[in-house]
Amino acid sequence: MKSFKRVTGIVAPLDRLNVDTDQIIPKQFLKSIERTGFGDNLFDAWRFGDEGAIGKTPNERRINPDFVLNQPRYQDAGILLTRGNFGCGSSREHAVWSLLEFGFRCVIAPSFADIFLSNCFKNGLLPIVLKEKTIDRLFEMIDATPGFEISVDLPAQEVRLPDGERFEFAIDPFKKRTLLEGLDDIGLTMDHREEIAAFEAKHRKRMPWVFTS
Amino acid sequence: MSAQTLYDKIWSAHAVGKRADGQTMLYIDLQLLHEVTSPQAFAGLELAGRNLWRVGANLATPDHNVPTDNRELGLDGIVDAVAKQQVVTLDENCRRYGITQFDILDRRQGIVHVVGPEQGATQPGMTIVCGDSHTSTHGAFAALAQGIGTSDVEHVMATQCLVQSKAKNMRVQVDGALRDGVTAKDLILSIIGAIGTAGATGHTIEYLGSGITDLSMEGRMTLCNMSIEGGARAGLVAVDDKTLEYLHGRPLAPRGEPWDLAHEYWVTLRSEAQALFDSNFRIDATSLIPQVTWGTSPELVIGIDSATPNPDRAGDEAEAQSLQLALDYMGLVADQPMVEITLDRIFIGSCTNARIEDLRGAASVVKGRKVARGIKQALVVPGSGLVKAQAEAEGLADVFLEAGFEWRAAGCSMCLAMNPDRLQPGERCASTSNRNFEGRQGHRGRTHLVSPMMAAAAAVQGYFVDVRGML
Repeated sequence: MKSFKRVTGIVAPLDRLNVDTDQIIPKQFLKSIERTGFGDNLFDAWRFGDEGAIGKTPNERRINPDFVLNQPRYQDAGILLTRGNFGCGSSREHAVWSLLEFGFRCVIAPSFADIFLSNCFKNGLLPIVLKEKTIDRLFEMIDATPGFEISVDLPAQEVRLPDGERFEFAIDPFKKRTLLEGLDDIGLTMDHREEIAAFEAKHRKRMPWVFTS
Repeated sequence: MSAQTLYDKIWSAHAVGKRADGQTMLYIDLQLLHEVTSPQAFAGLELAGRNLWRVGANLATPDHNVPTDNRELGLDGIVDAVAKQQVVTLDENCRRYGITQFDILDRRQGIVHVVGPEQGATQPGMTIVCGDSHTSTHGAFAALAQGIGTSDVEHVMATQCLVQSKAKNMRVQVDGALRDGVTAKDLILSIIGAIGTAGATGHTIEYLGSGITDLSMEGRMTLCNMSIEGGARAGLVAVDDKTLEYLHGRPLAPRGEPWDLAHEYWVTLRSEAQALFDSNFRIDATSLIPQVTWGTSPELVIGIDSATPNPDRAGDEAEAQSLQLALDYMGLVADQPMVEITLDRIFIGSCTNARIEDLRGAASVVKGRKVARGIKQALVVPGSGLVKAQAEAEGLADVFLEAGFEWRAAGCSMCLAMNPDRLQPGERCASTSNRNFEGRQGHRGRTHLVSPMMAAAAAVQGYFVDVRGML
């Protein structure tokens, strides 16, 4: 997994509540058996005026100039600011893969859906929860200041604004370490293989009917 | 020890231990696999040189991509080459690792969340995962069943463990029985409407009360299925006689002595009376009426006797904006009565509502009537090959066909339009599925979520109508 320490970048504001993973990456792109190739189709139905399909490149598409990510000032944005319950709906990890591939390293919102949140940590996309009021203010500042950049500092657990103002954010200490070091999550569990095997043997005795097949 | 909830019990029976990070390794009894979210997990496993921890803990079937017609052609019936490759990849992976799969030509093939319970693979007290958010369905059997991402699919393949922190407990108390023409679908839509799509985030819901014991297993599956639409990764219903009766004699359920042993354990799978829940919600089932979603989130739902909301009356500007966006997308205006809305297509199917009871309910409304002339297509897609066969044996298929419905083969179909069944831009559908998100059933398509009986009534009338007047 990609490690995450600090990111400074332009913030793209996506002012919508309950953005579901069907919007982040529509279903037709889920037919791929690869883990890559999803960035071009992030928010596909919002970014483009025509229907996307696997194999159609962005050059062949009709751009929707009104959508925020298509505005010149948010090109090269590395941080996404959005509203509550981001990533709700389908468990598709492709949503996280497409955000990362498009260039986002961090999403800031007042809340996230559970499965999306776990998927973020498995891939090195940093989800930051800030208070609703802070989020409101960030939306206003971004709107008022073209080229508005912020810095996200994971070791310090801080979001820093250009004027020096800082917002602390909370993160589970282990998840923080996993992100900082880009640890292999499966490998960490594999280190406990004997413990798992011992549990399994006990579990098999207690619930033998589970192990018939 | 303090009194335990059902969730507490299943959790502690599967907690292997904690990793250095404080997260629990939860032992997983059953992993269900389908073609869309597993290929990258198998590839990851191979890349890392790891093996499957326990082959027998996995069960697979293709469902999302499979076309619902020309099924006799098998793989050759999949016209989309990319979709076909995904189904072929599942075949190859299952063969290679020795995983049991009900493939496209198997009569037991179907939507993974219909197949698991139907085969008796889903059992009380189990921990179940699948790379699909509607895994919550299996909670109807008092199994802790959660949807996971592909990295976790690979994690469970390699270690038989899901690493997570324990969720909180939420109690949804349902008092009284549903009236005729009102179903589990209307109940769960009402609950989501009240608590919101993030109302149960971070919680495992347990559904309790006389309204729940009164529900059939099919109804409980519908209820648990949409727990995720309220933000909960898992929903649960305690074991009772209905659970045991449903399971008895299923192909993968224990028999003989193992059944007796399991039975003894299963009946303990209920929350203790004194158990405390972190949050509580109560609803009276007797006063519920059929529900219809009008917007682009399952929480945007109202009774059939109501009209769309007016953004002018919203609590604040953000809410007003959000409501207006949904109205615009849906091609509706403020204060529009639901019974004035005409439909283009009807979809009866999905992991929410494609079981035999759902089809019986819809057929009871359709019987002796015809699909309205304005309806371009009315689809019935059984949840599995076995549901299809049973419905045919019961004469339900003939009822649908005579009325002008299309009778298809099992799969996810128009719930998410990864296959040829989909809406065209601007089309409006009465759908028994679980998500009315923008474009969910096809690019720019418009989805209204309803019960199978309400979808059947809409098919016959051409517009939404209170099915209770047609019984």
